[in-house]
Formats: sequence, structure tokens, C-alpha cells
Amino acid sequence: MEILQNIVFVFFVLLTVISAGVVVFHKRIIYSAFALLFTFFGVAALYVYLAADFLAASQVLIYVGGILTLIIFGVFLTAKITTLEIPDETHQRYIALIPVALLGVGLFWMIFSAPWDSTLRSVEPTTKPLGKLLLTEYLVPFEVASMLLLAALIGAMRLARFYKKEEV
Amino acid sequence: MLGLALYILLAPLVAFTIVIFFGRKLPRGGDFISLFAIWSGLAASLYLFFTQMLGHYDPAFALSYRFDWVTWGTYKLNIGIAIDNMSMMMLVVVTLVSSLVHLFSVGYMKGDPKYHRFFSFLSFFSFSMIGLVLADNLLIIYAFWELVGLSSYLLIGFWHEKDSASNAAKKAFVTNRVGDAGMLIGMLICFTALGTLNLVELKDGVAQGHLAGGLLTAAGILLFMGAVGKSAQFPLHVWLPDAMEGPTPVSALIHAATMVAAGVYLVARLFPILTPDASLVIAYVGGFTAIFAATIAVAQNDIKRVLAYSTVSQLGYMVMALGTGAFTAGFFHLVTHAMFKACLFLGSGSIIFAMHHVLHNIHSHDDAQDMRNMGGLKKYMPVTFWTFLIATTALAGVPFTSGFLSKDAILGGTLAFAMEHPKHWLLPAFGFAAAGLTAFYMFRLVYLTFYGTFRKGSEAESHLHESPRVMTVPLIVLASLSIFFFYAAPAFNPTTPAGGWFATLFPTPENVTLASGRYVSPASSRLGDEAVEPTAEHASGTEALHSAHLEHLAHNWAMLISILVAGLGIWIATLAYYKWKIDPEKWRLRFGVAYRGMYNKWWCDEVYKATAINGTLGLSKGLAWFDGAILDGIVNGSATVTRLFSTVQGWFDNKVVDGLVNLTAMVVGFWAHFVRSFQTGQVQRYLLYTLAGVGIVIILVVI
Amino acid sequence: MNNLTTYLAISAALFLLGVLAMMTRKSAVSVLMGVELVLNAGGLNFVAFSRFGNGSLNGQAAALFIMIIAAAEAAVALAIFLNLYRLKASAEVDKADTLQW
Repeated sequence: MEILQNIVFVFFVLLTVISAGVVVFHKRIIYSAFALLFTFFGVAALYVYLAADFLAASQVLIYVGGILTLIIFGVFLTAKITTLEIPDETHQRYIALIPVALLGVGLFWMIFSAPWDSTLRSVEPTTKPLGKLLLTEYLVPFEVASMLLLAALIGAMRLARFYKKEEV
Repeated sequence: MLGLALYILLAPLVAFTIVIFFGRKLPRGGDFISLFAIWSGLAASLYLFFTQMLGHYDPAFALSYRFDWVTWGTYKLNIGIAIDNMSMMMLVVVTLVSSLVHLFSVGYMKGDPKYHRFFSFLSFFSFSMIGLVLADNLLIIYAFWELVGLSSYLLIGFWHEKDSASNAAKKAFVTNRVGDAGMLIGMLICFTALGTLNLVELKDGVAQGHLAGGLLTAAGILLFMGAVGKSAQFPLHVWLPDAMEGPTPVSALIHAATMVAAGVYLVARLFPILTPDASLVIAYVGGFTAIFAATIAVAQNDIKRVLAYSTVSQLGYMVMALGTGAFTAGFFHLVTHAMFKACLFLGSGSIIFAMHHVLHNIHSHDDAQDMRNMGGLKKYMPVTFWTFLIATTALAGVPFTSGFLSKDAILGGTLAFAMEHPKHWLLPAFGFAAAGLTAFYMFRLVYLTFYGTFRKGSEAESHLHESPRVMTVPLIVLASLSIFFFYAAPAFNPTTPAGGWFATLFPTPENVTLASGRYVSPASSRLGDEAVEPTAEHASGTEALHSAHLEHLAHNWAMLISILVAGLGIWIATLAYYKWKIDPEKWRLRFGVAYRGMYNKWWCDEVYKATAINGTLGLSKGLAWFDGAILDGIVNGSATVTRLFSTVQGWFDNKVVDGLVNLTAMVVGFWAHFVRSFQTGQVQRYLLYTLAGVGIVIILVVI
Repeated sequence: MNNLTTYLAISAALFLLGVLAMMTRKSAVSVLMGVELVLNAGGLNFVAFSRFGNGSLNGQAAALFIMIIAAAEAAVALAIFLNLYRLKASAEVDKADTLQW
């Protein structure tokens, strides 16, 4: 069982990282978008492994159901669609590796050298305590976030509206 | 107590805000708001007066509330409210006169197109004046001082469509500035030397000797300059008579009873820190002003101008009293004078109101304020006449009036001072002469106005009638407050205020600058009970006894002389203007020069015009000439020289400098081109730089 | 295998890939995808720290807020892309270089 569990875990890890790589390096933007879907699923699965049941569900609902759809709409709306092969060019490919390498060395050095506390806490359903937390300790950020969403909604509508020349 | 004091202070401000913005739309111009604010303030002041002041009956009673306002470095500026006997007394005076004037104005200003604005300004003035009284700190006093000046400016120029009114307002404002500049410098001296402007701390600082000698004298005189401007002392008195251009209730409130008393109040507040030299200057300024203004008042024909010069003269009295150390007498005179002078002004307002009516009905454009147009008003305006007469007797110093008590106290104090220091005999001489003149010109005013026959003919006479009740009631209240009775309790001695509550509650404060023992004020504790030993610690026993004896003597003599002098003045006035036994015209001719001097206010305005105003203008013209001829000449000359150089330089410039410049430009351009390549304007490139930076920082920190 | 270091490493990898996408892709939508990757990396980090350690749920709450912000950001970003597309006839980020002036 232990081995099976590990295999499944490694599968999800690889799914996440590899599909993220596809997102970054694939030449066709639609492929990237669909690879992003798998990345999101992989992260959701990792949330399950981390005993965050509510977050895993939210991840699927919000990212896959909401954001990814938005992104695909974005692809369609901002490209001249003739085929499904909407190309995406890249630039400054090699020079960009320098900061990534610097950051990578720093981050991985930190991750592997620090003595992390790895005690596991018991697995419990998190939905109810999370809800309580949001309505008590995080009430103000929660309300502010709702205001932010409303503002983003209105702002996005205002920005995306078509204007005639003289109206602008 | 703090709440009450704050209420008294802020209620008029609230009323001002409401009336100035919404008064036009409110019924009756919103005057009831102003009236309510000031009358409730009066009620609160009276409550304080009776429960705290008369209830505690403690001469040393003092409360202060303060908080930090500004802190910079080690300096701290406190502001706050000080409530002691003086400020409570002043609160009562200010709110009482102010509320009666408010009431009077309801009748006097009726129908004026700017009715609501008048009331808002009155409220604003009340606020500023109350703030001035309550302040515990020279800085706050200064701020309210200026606010009071501002409201005075607004009210003098209330009928600003008249040139004379707006000019008078400007004159008042500018003249006051002259004094205030001195006051500011005085404050700066105090702050530099003592690091505080709080009155109590100032006194402590001086007592500890942190500020002494010539500098303290200078500070005292400079601070007194503010009082010179505000209380219209010579030589800055010129604005007050002109200020009579304002509506008469304003003259009564601001230019007779309260604001002009602010200068005296300031001197009284500063009394403990005035050095003997400074006090002497103050005494002489006051004494000279008293006699000087009295002589001018004799020859004026405008009823308000007579009263204005009389005010200047009486303020001179108060200042002189404070200067000679007769603190209680000076402050006492401030209070009594506020009552009867406000009554006189309001009475004159009532007369002018009636005269306006008459002149309007006979379509005459004569001056409604000129006494030569009046006469015989006694029959038609009985209430005005009787109240006016009572106030006049008070001002003239007839026994059994409040004015007699206070003026007598001042004269006694001055006389005692002169007995101690015979070389200063001029001060009581000024005082007595002014007292005689006061009696003379006031009765001249009364006879010319109320007796004889009406000089505008019988047709006009039929239009005369008494003013409405809102105007006469304040007159009656103020006139009754001019009787000695109210001020003499509980001793009820009509000859001296000693033993009365006023003298008990306002003993002469100890002058802390005298600690050196160089100079002993002869007037210390002048009005205290004879049984009470003088409180000043520096006075030895015999000296104190001597001093008390001297005072007693001086007081009796002063009373005798002042009654004589006042009687003489009244007698001459009666002969000349009631029985017409003496022809004033003949005397006028006999003393031609002197009369013209008095009539023309001793040419003060002319002298100022010739010196200060024309001097400034002349200086400006001189500077303009200097600018045009010399400076421009220099500029033009240097221009010619410069051109010559320029020609030479031009060649050099073109050949040598330009070469260098071009070289520099090329180098800069090369570098710019190089650096520019980083600034692509592409967000992603910038992100790259940023992340590279972050990465470097992380590696440097972690590894 | 199932320990904090693994999750942190995955998160770091996602972060680096996201950053790389943000820097190299020309299409604005691809850049947005990079941003989403970075945000996911952050969320994963939070949840991992919440699982290991003192066991409070604060990390999960923070991850939830990240999701909320991501949603708002995606909506606004797409609206901006539409405007950019309208203005430049393409939604490529390197065309928007007026910042240079």
C-alpha cells in the first residue's frame, strides 16, 4: 500500500510539473491552456495529499471552472482564429534563463538546506473550521476581498466595453 | 466649569457659523440664534460669577485647563483656558454688554439689508472677545487679539458702500497692526528668554530672574504697544474716533466697552512682570492720553466723536492707574466704564435713531449725529434722557455713581504715587485736569442735546419720539448698573470701593520684578482694607505703615479735589450751555489757537499724514528714482561692457568651447545610447531585470 | 517522500516555470498563464506550511484569498488584453512598449 501510495503521489507530482513545463514551452497557445488544466488538477491533488479538502474542491471549481475558461476565452478573443494552431512566439529566451537560474539556485538551496519541521498534524475535515476562521479572524479581509471582487467585476466590464471614438 | 467656559466661548461661534451661512434664509435673519447664544452665555457667566466668584470669595482663585498643542524639540507649546476672578469678571462684562447690545441692535438695525450679517459679525466678535478673556497664554491671546481686530474691522466697515466707513475700517486695522508688531516682538523676547508664553509660567520665570533688567523692560513696553494700539492710547489713538463710522451698537460694544478694554486687560494680566521703568512709561502714556483726548473732546460737535474721545481719555485713566500700580482701581474702572460708556453709546444710538427719523421726514440731509442740530430732546425721549444723564454723572465722577468710586480710586492711587515720588507730580495733575474736562464736555453734551429748544424747527419736532422698547430696556439696565450700589456691597460705602467685594477679590498682584528691592510700589494694596497689612513681602513694617497712611491721606485729598474739579466743570458747562451766561463763541475766539487745536484733534491725523504716510510715499518715490536713475544706469553700463566682452567671447565660444561641448555631447550620446538599450519599454524585460536582482539578493543572503 | 521539502520543491519549480513564462512568452494570455502558475505555487506553499508545523488553518485561509485575488486579477487582465488587442491589433506584450517614452 505504501508503495502504491507513493507511486500515485509521484504521478501527481510529475503531472503537475510536466504539464507546467508544457504550459511554458509549448508553441501553440491552446495546448498551453490545456496543459494548464492538468497543472491545476495536479495541484488540486496535492492539496488532497495535504489534507486540504475544501481547498482542493475550490481549486477545481475556481481555477478549472472559472479562470481557465476565462483564459481560453481570452485566447479566442485576442487572436485571429483561422485554425486551432494559434502560434505563440517567444523572445529573450536565453537571457531569461539567467534570472531563473539565479532564483532557482537560491530557492532550492534554501529548501534543501533548511531544517524544516516535518511533524504532521492529524487529518480532519477543514471546511467547517475554515468557514469559522473566515467569519471570525479573517472577517475583515474576507469582506475586503468581496469588495475587491465586485470592483474587479465592474472594472473589467468598464474596461472591456466598446466605445465609439468620440465617446472615449 | 470647563464645560461652562467652553460653552460660553463656543456658542457665539456656532451662532456665527449658522447665521453667516443660513441667516438670509432664516426668519428675522437668524438674529434669534445670535441672541440665544449670547444670552445663554450671559446666564452661564452670571452662574460662574455668583457661584464661583462670589461663592468662593477667594482672591487667589484660579483654575486652568491646558493641553499640549505643538511640540518641537524641547519646546512645548501649551494652550488652554484660565478661569480666575479676572476672567470671570471680564466674562460677565463682555457677555452682559454684548447681550444688551444684541438686543438694542434688533431695534437699531431693523430693516437694514445686511441685517443677518450684522448679527453674525456680532456673534463672531463675542466669540473672539470671550476667547481673549479666557486665554491662559500670550500666543492664544495674540490670536484672539487679531480675531477681535478682524471683527472690529468688519463691523466698522459694515456700511462699506460709504467710503468713509471703509477707510475708517482700514485705518483701524492698519493702526492696530503697528501696535501688534510691537506686541509680537515682546512675545518673542519672552519666548526666547523663558521658553514659554503661558502667563503663569511667565510670571514664575521672571520671579526666578531668567528675564530681568533692560530686556524685561523692553519686553514690557513692547507688549504694552499692543495695548496702545488696541486701547487707542496716544500716539495710536487716531483710529478710534474714526471707528465711529460703524453702526452705533458696534461703537458701544467694541469701541467703548469691550475690545478697547482688551488692551487694559492685557496690561492688567502682565502687571506682575512689568518693571518699574516700563510701568512708568505706561503711566505717562496713559496720563497724557487722558488729558490729551479730553481736550479734544471739548471741541467736538459730533455726539459720537465726543464719546469716542471720552473713551480714549478714560482708557488713558485705566492705563495710568495700572502704570502707577493702582491695579485694583484700574481694573475696577474698566468694569464700571464698560457699563456707563456702553449706556452712553447706546443712548446716543437712540438719539441718532430718532434724529434719522426726523431728518428723513423733513427731507433734510443734515448730519444726524451733529449736536448743533439737536436740543430739547428731553421732552420727547424721557427714558433716553434719564439713562443718559445717570451715565453722564457716572462718567463725570459725581458721588454715588460707580464712576465716582472707580475714578476716585484711580486719582487717589496716582496722587499717592506722586506723594511718594514728587518728581512725578505731572501724573495726578493730568488726572485731575482730565477729570474736570470730562465733567465739562459731558455736561456740554447733555445740555446741547437734551435742553433748550429743538434747533430744526417745530415742524421737525413733531416727528420726534422715544425709541422702541428693545432699545430702551438695555439703556435702563446699563444705567442702573452705573450706580455705586452694585459695586460697594457688602460695605456700601459710597466714597471708596475699599471693603466692597471688588476690592477684596482683586487685590493688587505682587509685582515679581520688585524682588530686587530697588523700587517699592507706593500703590501696592492701595484699595485693600486698611486693617489688612500690605501683602508685598519686600515692604518692611514701618514702610508699610507709612504707605498705608499715605494712601489714606491721598485718597481723602483725591476725593476732595476730584469732587471740586468735577463740580467746577459741571458749573462752567451749566453757565455756558444751559444759562448761556458765558458766550462760548467769545471764549472760542479768545483762545483761537488752542480751540483750533482741540477742534482739529491737535492735528494728529495731519501729522501722521505728513510724517508716516507721506514719509512712506516719499521714501517710495526716492527709491523709485534711485531704481530708475542709478540702478538702471548701472545695469545699462554693465550691459555695454558685457556686450564688448561678448563679442570677444563669441569667437572663443564658437571655436574652442563648442569643440569641447560637441566632444562632451558625443561622449554623453554614446553612453546614452548604451544605457538606452536597457530601457526597452517592454514590461517583460523589466521583469527580467527585477528578478535577476531578486535572485542575486537571495543568493547573497542565503549562501 | 510525502514531506515538506517535496512540496516546497514542487512549488519552487512551478514558480520558476511561471516566471519563465512571464518573461519569455509574447502573447499576453500566455503571460497570464505564467502568473497563474506563480499564484498556484504560492498557494501550494501556504497549504504545505499549514499541513506541517503547528497545524493552524491560517495557511489554508491565505491560499483561499490567493484564489480570490487570482479570479479578480484574471477578469481584469482579460479586459485589459481586449483593450490592448483593440489598440494594437494584437495581444502581444512586446508591442506595448510606450513605457519607453
